[in-house]
Amino acid sequence: MSAPSNQAALLVNGYEVVIGFETHAQLSTASKIFSRSAVAFGAAPNVHTSPVDLALPGALPVMNKGAVERAIQLGLAVNAHVAERSIFARKNYFYPDLPKGYQISQFEIPVVQGGEVSFFLGDEKKTVRLVRAHLEEDAGKSLHEDSALGGGGQSGIDLNRAGTPLLEIVTEPDMRSTAEAVAYAKELHKIVTWIGICDGNMQEGSFRCDANVSVRKPGAPLGTRREIKNLNSFKFMQQAIDFEIRWQIEQIEDGHAIQQATVLFDPDTGETRAMRTKEDAADYRYFPDPDLPPLVISREWVARVRSEMAELPRVMAERFVRDYGLPEYDATTLTQSQAMAAYFEATAKASGQAKLASNWIMGEVARRLNADDAGFDAIPVSSAQLAALIGRIVDNTISNNAAKQVFDALWQGEADVDAIIDAKGLKQMNDTGALEAIVDEVLAANADNIAQYKAGKDKAFNALVGQVMKASKGKANPAQVNSVLKAKLG
Amino acid sequence: MSVIHEWSVAELSRQLKAKAVSSVEVVQHLLSRAQTHAALGSFLHLDSDGALMQAKAADAQRSAGESRPLLGVPIAHKDVFVTRDMPTTAGSKMLAGYQSPFTATVVQHLSDAGAVSLGKLNCDEFAMGSGNENSAYGAVRNPWDTRRVPGGSSGGSAAAVAARLVPAATGTDTGGSIRQPAAFCGITGIKPTYGLCSRYGMVAFASSLDQAGPMARTAEDCALLLSAMAGPDLDRDATSLDVPKRDFTLTLDQPRVGATADKPLKGLRVGLPKEFFGAGLSADVNAAVQAALKQLTELGATLVDISLPRTALSIPVYYIIAPAEASSNLSRFDGVRYGHRAAHYSDLIDMYQKTRTEGFGDEVKRRILIGTYVLSHGYYDAYYLQAQKIRRLIANDFQAAFQQCDVIAGPVAPTVAWHLGDKANDPVANYLADIFTLSTSLAGLPGMSLPAGFGEGGMPVGLQLVGNYLKEDELLHTAHQFQQITSWHNAGPKEFVL
Repeated sequence: MSAPSNQAALLVNGYEVVIGFETHAQLSTASKIFSRSAVAFGAAPNVHTSPVDLALPGALPVMNKGAVERAIQLGLAVNAHVAERSIFARKNYFYPDLPKGYQISQFEIPVVQGGEVSFFLGDEKKTVRLVRAHLEEDAGKSLHEDSALGGGGQSGIDLNRAGTPLLEIVTEPDMRSTAEAVAYAKELHKIVTWIGICDGNMQEGSFRCDANVSVRKPGAPLGTRREIKNLNSFKFMQQAIDFEIRWQIEQIEDGHAIQQATVLFDPDTGETRAMRTKEDAADYRYFPDPDLPPLVISREWVARVRSEMAELPRVMAERFVRDYGLPEYDATTLTQSQAMAAYFEATAKASGQAKLASNWIMGEVARRLNADDAGFDAIPVSSAQLAALIGRIVDNTISNNAAKQVFDALWQGEADVDAIIDAKGLKQMNDTGALEAIVDEVLAANADNIAQYKAGKDKAFNALVGQVMKASKGKANPAQVNSVLKAKLG
Repeated sequence: MSVIHEWSVAELSRQLKAKAVSSVEVVQHLLSRAQTHAALGSFLHLDSDGALMQAKAADAQRSAGESRPLLGVPIAHKDVFVTRDMPTTAGSKMLAGYQSPFTATVVQHLSDAGAVSLGKLNCDEFAMGSGNENSAYGAVRNPWDTRRVPGGSSGGSAAAVAARLVPAATGTDTGGSIRQPAAFCGITGIKPTYGLCSRYGMVAFASSLDQAGPMARTAEDCALLLSAMAGPDLDRDATSLDVPKRDFTLTLDQPRVGATADKPLKGLRVGLPKEFFGAGLSADVNAAVQAALKQLTELGATLVDISLPRTALSIPVYYIIAPAEASSNLSRFDGVRYGHRAAHYSDLIDMYQKTRTEGFGDEVKRRILIGTYVLSHGYYDAYYLQAQKIRRLIANDFQAAFQQCDVIAGPVAPTVAWHLGDKANDPVANYLADIFTLSTSLAGLPGMSLPAGFGEGGMPVGLQLVGNYLKEDELLHTAHQFQQITSWHNAGPKEFVL
């Protein structure tokens, strides 16, 4: 993914891309937003339902405080205003998986107002402004028997998901490229999982992104947008937005106006396809839900949530820069997840070598975890082991190359750094006398190289270093080899 | 045993306590009366077996030494309360045969207090109406004159109590649906402060207005029932008020501070809104109400002229807000999960249309259409939002009035009960007849209706009392004291008191 860093470079065929996001984060409450039914994925249909979820006559919604608490957490995490008083509204429409015939949502006055999300795109810091985040309930699911597959062509309704708490997080149209859009989505994903309000599972629909995409000539008013629905992986998100941008530009270049529409991305074809246009737009007849009083959030409640919240990634990154002297890039990278940050901090503290710890974690550790498709929760090398390894690099016991061999052994399950170094004979040769003897031997056997070096060929020197390292079986300290060689060659 | 059905709840409670009669005997007697007077149309479901079982259980508890005031007392419920042991129709074809898996809080509270449920009572479909002619299961007749309506929407409840089929019943009041049928049938009813009784298990009509309350012959009986029905239900109804349960019977006979035994209402300022006594009020009703007001002064109360300037506006405001909420509340009746579903349809939209066309009656459809219209894009601000603003002003008017008085008094309805069919084809005439009850509902205030004499055709007239928020005790006290020196509440329709 390329990361162009200035606005002029972002034009695609002379068009500026404008992207805004609406993200539905499923909140990690044990029960539903307005009933006591469990929130659980994968159960048999209609197991997790109550009179409220089934919209039986006489059933009434009662607010789940846990969902409100999670909304407050998000508000604090994105520096937004948490409204003292917000209003639940009914969004009225008929659909079989919408049991009440309306969805309870927030319309005019949402619980979270404003806020921003900042992240690095390459080495450039970007900030996307949020409009709002509001609480709402999810609908159920319609299941259709496929008559072609031997089913009866009947439709069924599963209301397990109905009433699942969602926080819909809406941005300003601040993003100017696919890369920036995907980076925003990844950052938001990081925030909601970091503060623990959402499990972030995109496949199961716990974190659903809709992208509003339009294009325009620089300086022109906003173009007509199309909304791409349900992008359930970052990869599809990138493909879908890229396709949509190309498609819109082609349409305009061909003289067609863009119609406001909702489109679906088809991962099989890599294309977006309109599912409904604005002409079909329903009149939702929003009005305040008379079953629910205004949601009142006292400042004491906000203060309590703030005091109980984990340190936020951006705050932690600032601290890493301040306390450990890390570059901002390192600090941001290490705060991708709570587990990664905790692993770094433990390693840095145990080794006293923050930058080396950062290099190892962002390099070797991340590379191996990626290869194993694993997270920091499943890392086989403890921070204490990594710290011990770093300690042996710093005290010149082993070289960087040897350290990689030790790390490999630790990854394979061996436990003790010093035992591995001994067993593999990786200890660096720190005895100057022994090194000098080897250097003398090498020089005696390589008159050609000496002559070339003296004639000004640096390569010849490197060849001599290589010979010495080889003769020391890799145990010589390369820096020491350099200085001894230089001294002997005068 | 012929006097059993003449006993009030309080009297029944005393007789049961004294073991002069058993709950089973009372229940058997009333079940047979309900069957005898089935033509009244008040019962939609008579649960004979269930009632006898409950009565036996009550008698057993009595033998074991229990003595709660409502233990073994038979009542019946308006059919908008869902019940696990009986079907619930809300007077609609849409819910024919519907069986709820849970029981309304109010019904459960009464059952927990020992009351025996005889069955479910007829009402206007989804509580929409003021004559009980909108029930899918037929009209209810007024026991005082069976050619007339009993009022609505709790018409089955009012008729059953007036006809001595049950000593008390539950009702619901959205814009007058307890007070107006109580007035038309010559009984006593109270609509409490919005939120005092849980709405959990009430089939919703207009959520911001719906409120349950008791209907009985006396204020004392209403106090007995309301004490059981009311109370916080915060885990199931977010609009339930967080006020502790009260025993409303304790204050019935307590004289007001500074009052005396012969002037128990001394110090009570009774406000008379001039808007309630204007040209629209028929002379017979006015005469009965004026006589009742005079009796209040004999008890020591003073009358104060007040104004509720937006009374006339309460009609358009109510008939915007209530249908708006109803149009949304009734969306769940879509034929997908329960209730009526059309037998034949071509696709989903066709299923919705046929199901709702067949399942709902005309008045319900009319209100769904009005409600959908006033919430529509482009009309919302002009209708719904404007109505909400005026609703707030109406509530403010009451608070201003309560600076000058303690309770407000006036007629419940402009006329006595009309004849069946008279207004059946004139919905606006029906709406206009609600003028004296709507503002109380819009403000969420408690209101009462108590028998205050007779008017045209010998039909009962009701006196309305309206109190400030949570002043149910003051209303019940005033009504109870009034009933100590009057006997209108003891009068019954001749055919039914024999």
